Amino acid sequence: MLKRILTKGGFYGALSLFVVFSAMPFYIMLITMFKRNHDLLNPNNNPFIFNEPPTLQHLNLLLFQTQYPVFLLNTLLVGLMVVIITVLLSVPAAYSLARLAGDWGGIVGVGIFLTYLVPPTLLFIPLSRIIADLGLQDSLWALVLIYPTFTVPFCTWLLMSFFKSIPRDIEEQALIDGCSRLGAFFRIILPLSVPGIITVIVFAFTLVVNEYIYALAFIQESGSKTVSIGLTTELIRGDVFYWGALMGGALLASIPVAVLYTLFLDRIISGLNMGTGSHS
Amino acid sequence: MRNGHLFQRDSLTAFALLLPVCLYLAAFIGFPFVMSFIYSISNATIGDPHYSITGLNNFRDMFHDAAFRTSLANTFIFTFVSIALVIVLGHILAELLIRDFPGKWIVRFLLMLPWTAPIALGTIGFLWFMDSVYSPFDWLLRKAGLLGSPGDLLGPMSNLYWLARPGLAMASVILVHVWRLLPLATVILIAGLNAIPREIVEAAQIDGAGYFRRLFHITLPLIFPVIGVTVLFSVFFTFTDMTVVWILTRGGPPPHATQVLASLAFLKSIQGGDLAQGAAISLFFFPVLAGIAAIVLRLVKKAVVI
Repeated sequence: MLKRILTKGGFYGALSLFVVFSAMPFYIMLITMFKRNHDLLNPNNNPFIFNEPPTLQHLNLLLFQTQYPVFLLNTLLVGLMVVIITVLLSVPAAYSLARLAGDWGGIVGVGIFLTYLVPPTLLFIPLSRIIADLGLQDSLWALVLIYPTFTVPFCTWLLMSFFKSIPRDIEEQALIDGCSRLGAFFRIILPLSVPGIITVIVFAFTLVVNEYIYALAFIQESGSKTVSIGLTTELIRGDVFYWGALMGGALLASIPVAVLYTLFLDRIISGLNMGTGSHS
Repeated sequence: MRNGHLFQRDSLTAFALLLPVCLYLAAFIGFPFVMSFIYSISNATIGDPHYSITGLNNFRDMFHDAAFRTSLANTFIFTFVSIALVIVLGHILAELLIRDFPGKWIVRFLLMLPWTAPIALGTIGFLWFMDSVYSPFDWLLRKAGLLGSPGDLLGPMSNLYWLARPGLAMASVILVHVWRLLPLATVILIAGLNAIPREIVEAAQIDGAGYFRRLFHITLPLIFPVIGVTVLFSVFFTFTDMTVVWILTRGGPPPHATQVLASLAFLKSIQGGDLAQGAAISLFFFPVLAGIAAIVLRLVKKAVVI
């Protein structure tokens, strides 16, 4: 009996340590965004609790006196456009790879997956030149044009395994009943693939919010910044940190993305695993 | 005859449906990828659209540059140390999470936050933790009597200056990398643990094998391929990353204590205007990435066979 209580205590103790480790930056953001400066900027005050009553002053600064709302809107806009482009490009490609293409389809599929392994940190130098040649510096369109380079390969791969899991018989029945290939695709396959497509939408969107390097390289004008670079470049000016607003901005943008991602986590991870062939 | 006709039409449709993706990826991954090789042997700069091929002198300059050698070493140190920690901690966490307990969904949500929330934003939280004056870490250490008074274990100064001292700054960067990758590693490892047949573990238990015997003789060998996948993803995400370093230290403290290849390439090319030098530096990712690609290709092939 005592041994069981001890093991149980050890289990919850260890688990709590991990939870504290993972969640601590977000907890400190939550506290800091509502702390009065007088409370916050005293190194002897307990940083984990409110020593003085909370305040909305930082939130007010963030929402009404900085460009934070513009950053959010920019992120949303780029995210939306990239999601549309990603779906339009990957759905037909994935279907083609899963069903129509023969032997050469496998090679093309692996080729598409390999492009996923070319990191932005290698591509941003030549791409910054291409963006300059196209006259897209400081424009959100630069991001809309380039971001699908990292959403499309993975999403195509994810959708391909999704299409493969739909039984061929259903489709063949439709073909026998006189549907054309594309007719069968739109009437039979597409409705069955809604969960896969939603996963791709969520994944592409979260990748867009995450992206840092391209945005840092292509966008200098504050009106065109996304939330990740906007916060770290506009709310940290030299040595001046608007700590409360900075923390609030980071938290407010993180939580919706994290909730969205968590809802689809299992599907995205199984997609990752399929990509490398470990079906466990 | 009819079958042949049907197949031909399908093949044409297949080609038409794949064409847009292939063209797009060729234009914005393939073409720039080739260009980065060409830039690396040229004198390209950011302002001037003209450049000429100048041979290998960029690489020669690079090897003579102490900043490059430091960055190369740092990149490997960050990657190896972070991954070793991530695998060990991830395995422990996976063993904990494999059980069922009340409130699991909220625990899972909190544990996944470092991976599911945008990395730049999570790192901002750490900036406050590592602030030179207000660091909550330092506050805890002062309260624990380890810092701030003469004779204390960590010194008499009121702060540790996490990001201002070379060794500590490196440890800070590693800490954030580990924090960020732990959830991903855990999820992949849980999948591996779940796939181990329960009977094998139980049989070993009945035969009297203790925890560590089971760990080293049964669990680890069986999840070895999954550990491989975890290492692969972790290498990919740490080796080429510059977001964490950029937000925490900008490669500092000066001159280049935490500089990595990616941030050095950014510094030289986008900020310094020397595209050629930047391209040469970023090409150092290539051997490691080619290695990852080769392993992935083998795994994919195996999966296709299965």
